[in-house]
Amino acid sequence: MGENQKARIATTSLAGCFGCHMSLLDIDERILQLAELVVFDKSPINDIKQFTGRCDVGLIEGGCCNEHNVEVLRDFRKHCDILISIGDCATMGGIPALRNTVPLQECLDEAYRDGPSVHNPSGMIPNDVELPLILDKVYPAHEVVKIDYHLPGCPPSADTLWEALVALLTAKPVELPYELVKYD
Amino acid sequence: MHDDVESTVQRICQSYDNDGRRLMDIVTDLHREYGCVDPEAMDLIARCVNVPRLRVQSLVSFYSFYAEAPRGRIVIRLSDDVIDRMHGYDRVAAAFCDELGIGMGETTADGLFTLERTACIGMCDQAPAGLVNDVVITHLSSDKARQIVQDLRRHGDPHQLVTSLGDGENGCDLIHSMVRNNLRKAGSVIFSPINRGEAIRKALSISPQEVIRAMKTARLRGRGGAGFPAGMKWEFARGAGDGQKYILCNADEGEPGTFKDRVILTERADRVFAGMTIAGYAIGASEGIMYLRAEYAYLKPHLEDVLRRRRIDGLLGETVLGRNEFAFDIRIQIGAGAYVCGEETALISSCEGKRGDPMTRPPFPAQKGYNGCPTVINNVETLCCVTKIMEEGPATFSDCGSDQSSGTKLLSISGDCKRAGVYEFPFGTTLREVLNECGGLEAQAVQVGGPSGKMVSPADFDRKICFEDLATGGSVMVFGPQRNILDIVHGFMDFFVDESCGYCTPCRVGNVLLKQLVERVRDGSGEPDDLDQMRRIAGTMKATSRCGLGQTSSNPVMSTLTTFETEYTDRVQDGPDGQRRGFDLAESVKAAESIAGRPSVHTGQDD
Amino acid sequence: MTPGITFTIDGKQVTAAPGQTIIEAADTAGIYIPRLCHKPGLEPFGSCRLCTVTVGGRPCSSCTQPAAEGIVVESDTDELNEHRRALLEMLFVEGNHFCMFCEKSGNCELQALAYKFGITAPSFTYQWQKHDVDASHPQILIDRNRCILCARCVRASQDLDGKSVFGFVGRGPNKRLAVNAEARLSDTNVDVTDEALDVCPVGALLRKHVGYKVPIGKRQFDHTPIGSDVEGEPAPDDCGCGGAENVCQCTQSE
Repeated sequence: MGENQKARIATTSLAGCFGCHMSLLDIDERILQLAELVVFDKSPINDIKQFTGRCDVGLIEGGCCNEHNVEVLRDFRKHCDILISIGDCATMGGIPALRNTVPLQECLDEAYRDGPSVHNPSGMIPNDVELPLILDKVYPAHEVVKIDYHLPGCPPSADTLWEALVALLTAKPVELPYELVKYD
Repeated sequence: MHDDVESTVQRICQSYDNDGRRLMDIVTDLHREYGCVDPEAMDLIARCVNVPRLRVQSLVSFYSFYAEAPRGRIVIRLSDDVIDRMHGYDRVAAAFCDELGIGMGETTADGLFTLERTACIGMCDQAPAGLVNDVVITHLSSDKARQIVQDLRRHGDPHQLVTSLGDGENGCDLIHSMVRNNLRKAGSVIFSPINRGEAIRKALSISPQEVIRAMKTARLRGRGGAGFPAGMKWEFARGAGDGQKYILCNADEGEPGTFKDRVILTERADRVFAGMTIAGYAIGASEGIMYLRAEYAYLKPHLEDVLRRRRIDGLLGETVLGRNEFAFDIRIQIGAGAYVCGEETALISSCEGKRGDPMTRPPFPAQKGYNGCPTVINNVETLCCVTKIMEEGPATFSDCGSDQSSGTKLLSISGDCKRAGVYEFPFGTTLREVLNECGGLEAQAVQVGGPSGKMVSPADFDRKICFEDLATGGSVMVFGPQRNILDIVHGFMDFFVDESCGYCTPCRVGNVLLKQLVERVRDGSGEPDDLDQMRRIAGTMKATSRCGLGQTSSNPVMSTLTTFETEYTDRVQDGPDGQRRGFDLAESVKAAESIAGRPSVHTGQDD
Repeated sequence: MTPGITFTIDGKQVTAAPGQTIIEAADTAGIYIPRLCHKPGLEPFGSCRLCTVTVGGRPCSSCTQPAAEGIVVESDTDELNEHRRALLEMLFVEGNHFCMFCEKSGNCELQALAYKFGITAPSFTYQWQKHDVDASHPQILIDRNRCILCARCVRASQDLDGKSVFGFVGRGPNKRLAVNAEARLSDTNVDVTDEALDVCPVGALLRKHVGYKVPIGKRQFDHTPIGSDVEGEPAPDDCGCGGAENVCQCTQSE
């Protein structure tokens, strides 16, 4: 990227909780610095729904739990030079992946019919063409597309995200200090 | 019923002096009566032999021939390895499933039959084969499978399945089996005519040190594959103090594609036992154990009878050949379906009535082996050589063979060749000569040394069978041009996943990961990265695994990645737009499609 | 003082008492060799293979290999560290390790080693095998999703507690931690004061009701990489020779 040209960043939250996005916002006043460095393309932060062009960096929060996640992730891979998994859900599936050792039907029955906190006299499991089909299990992002960097954590700390982004945007190697790579 | 089980367990345990080291025998005997060792029986055994219950459960859960839940009175085990698969395993298995009305691993509702797959049973020369309880069934076909089930339903007796007898001793009353020796080429050592008692007489006429020297002069190396000098092994054990020592014979011939020990044990058991006795004299042991794989249980009555006759003739017992200072006897320890027990320290663990986990080395068995005593473990074939060396002298023995490998080597040849069977060749014979004799020259590849050996391509057919070139325990699998190399590799990895003991990380996890990657590449969804991944996993397994199994189990992959590289590279490519080809969206929404009753709107749009 | 065995680890001269293993001698000398199944006070086991070093170029597990005079041991090499990374990744994809809510997080040796080796995500495919949890005991929890089969609890129960509460059943990928009862931990003679409960390197064996007691930031590996205690800061008057007076170059030259 040229010196006067700002880097384009896109972000998304797949099967995540938006906690990683919150953590990104936790960089506090450094967000002003970030705004100097980048311009946001498709992202829930600015509510841009479609890519407007090629991006330098894509940040992926969350793994893939349904077919829509897969499409979005593939779209990100297509449009971004560098793709980063941020947070444990993207890097290993995270909390949603707790269902991965249980057959899908059992999961749905527990969630919508038999669970101790469920009241569902009709026994209906939500099913509408608008609802993306759920995958057999939750996949970490790198099992679906190639991922260039992983920043684990639940969520990764604001410092972790900041340091990694600054390194990338200033063309320095992403080498985080010991305290910034954590899985919790 | 309760009292019945209790008294049975007590009776069986008592027959082994309530000795925890005989847990294998106790559990095996109990299986003969009840078909399983259930939680109640575990408690009872634990109490009788005074070990924690968990030790019994640990043992039972380790061996594939043992079960915790009740099984059928008749257990049908189909030999599932690469060679059996080439000869129609799938069709046979399907016929059994269909005729029995159950799936693989299941038991019929009437409690009569259980159907299981098992690792190579040592019958690759008459594949597809299987076991019905202890009875070997060979040359199976789907028609035969149906007939077998119908016959068993009628008479319920596996022994009645033997309608035609095999050749040689297979036909004797004590073996009474349809197994054929398929001995295609008898050489000058193992299958030469036997002069019973001669070798022991000669050994006992010289000092134990001189016997060891004879082995060294003959340059005898272990026939199991590793080729460790036998004389040196004996010398270590001889030098390890004056206390109790043991000779163990490794008759756990589990390397897929080998079956030569089966033929030795059938036709030359005397020679093996003589070798054990001579080894015992050389190192100062008074006890020998032959560890016989459970798949060869049908040979046990015959082997026991050979031992009985040797005792009568003074070749075993308190005073061997009337010599007061040399007592030696042999017992047979039957295994229970675990390839890893062919690893010598795992074999010791198993003999001691434990899980077949290999032991930490050092100390080596020659210092601290069975029951903590110095122990020598030799292969069946090696022990035959010992006897022959004493019979005819070391010079005659070492005249035959190559520079660093003296004597002959038995090869078990199977697969795409005209004459599968056992061949005794002098060491140094080229693979081409071997293939010529067995009628397998059209091969596109030959696996030498079993799954953990090497896949040899035609460019290397002039390599020699010997320790300094193509070292092998004797398994030679011939693969014709019609075979898919990656199917074969996958079959081998399947085997290692099943047979890893699970003790160490690299073998327990690495084999599973390698198998999945081979599958992915074979099925066309691999990427170039996957090949790097395979090399990485294989490298770590080789360098860090605890025993020979894990150190060599990546060989099928590594060997073919070198020799048959295009089989891999032709099948891999990068995914479109950075997509992972290993992820199959259509497959992963299948369950949801069926639950929701509507198709995915995204599949079919790939690339 | 009995004359020690002298040898080198990564070029550094160390001494060992007769009977000591390489890893024990390394610890004394302030050289940290990564490990999971090894724990001082327990019989060597050699299952995790993380402590693999080369002796004269041949790999072996340093927790089981006796030190011997003159051997040349290499541990901190790119090649061996790459194997360690692969082994750690294998353990992460074999089990179901949800660090984000695990009570052991921050004090977990598996996690700490992954931090030390800079693993941000395993490159192998996750296996997602189902493993049983045993919460039957009122004070103790077994979560087999996190078990790495290191047998520390097995050995501690047997050798330190004089019981046989834990062991293994099954083989290969199906090997799993079991208890000395038909099914449940609560049916064994385990006690909440057993030493076996102190030795688990991961969160597979935990005392109940004490989770998350130490806040984030104060946990064992929050700021200090694993092995720091072994490597330690050498005392000012310590040349770092590990006490090998007869061979130490610096004391001889002074």
